[in-house]
Amino acid sequence: MTEKKFPKWLFGVSIGLLLFVMGFVTRQYDDIYRKAIMICLECIGIG
Amino acid sequence: MKKFFPANIRLWFQIIYTILTNGYLYGFMSGKIYKGPLKYACVPGLNCYSCPGALGSCPLGALQNALAQRRIEVPFAVLGFLFVFGSVFGRFICGWLCPFGLFQDLLYKIPLFQKRKRLPGHSVLKYGKYVMLFGLVILGSAVLFAGFAKVPAFCKYICPSGTLMGAVPLMLADSNLRAQAGGLFGWKLAILAVITILSIKVYRPFCQYLCPLGAIYGWFNRFSLVQVCWEQNKCISCGNCQKACPVDLKPEEISVSPECIKCGKCVAVCPTDCLHFYEGKKFSAYKGDVV
Repeated sequence: MTEKKFPKWLFGVSIGLLLFVMGFVTRQYDDIYRKAIMICLECIGIG
Repeated sequence: MKKFFPANIRLWFQIIYTILTNGYLYGFMSGKIYKGPLKYACVPGLNCYSCPGALGSCPLGALQNALAQRRIEVPFAVLGFLFVFGSVFGRFICGWLCPFGLFQDLLYKIPLFQKRKRLPGHSVLKYGKYVMLFGLVILGSAVLFAGFAKVPAFCKYICPSGTLMGAVPLMLADSNLRAQAGGLFGWKLAILAVITILSIKVYRPFCQYLCPLGAIYGWFNRFSLVQVCWEQNKCISCGNCQKACPVDLKPEEISVSPECIKCGKCVAVCPTDCLHFYEGKKFSAYKGDVV
């Protein structure tokens, strides 16, 4: 009988979801949002 | 042979995705950017969040912003997005979803100059994207200071996507911003101009040599869910796949190389179906992007 291995991509997704949760707990999504709703002066070359 | 997909499906995929993720039309007309809740999330491709139409956040911009904070912390949220997108898609995102990739693809279709797949010195230049990633995105953002604030160094000094999708439409719509444009804007415009002209001759020079996001997704390429698989025992070594490959990969390199953007051109031209998307044969009859 062949042993079915846990796919690596699923392992990566699991780590990603764990990081999502940690980001949520540490309120990092607020930082992403705050930056994204202001015109980024560096991005447009005048910052 | 039976066609399962219409021709140019990848091009249409790229266009529709770019319109969907940059669909805030009011922003283009008013010179203002979208401020709704969708911006809590990152989109997978290089998509400047200062583009007036952008509905999501740029993962690279968000990563640099997190690293440029005064307090030092691990950017869990952005890494979460990158791990999920990367593990599922790898550089399929570059080939099928990235708006700046679409821009370069369209330029390469212009019938000017003799076309090249790579620049001379490719074997060295291809590491440029890792220099950008570690030098500007990570170290640069965490260490470089401008006045009292740290700077997102790649966005500030290099990113041509920000110039094309953010600066140009905003400055066209807003005279106040236009008045503030100086030397830095000129520098970024020059980078965009060089990449634009080079893209007419060389296939996706920014993706191949400079894009830090491509460097990140390239790391996931080897084990991502979306794969271009090669069955060696069915291969007749006809060489069609390498001829069709826009980045000139050999069949044995395709599924493992961080350079492969999973565009599917090799799959489309393979006469024996020894190259196919995913490990099964579900998508083996893909014949959509031959040209």
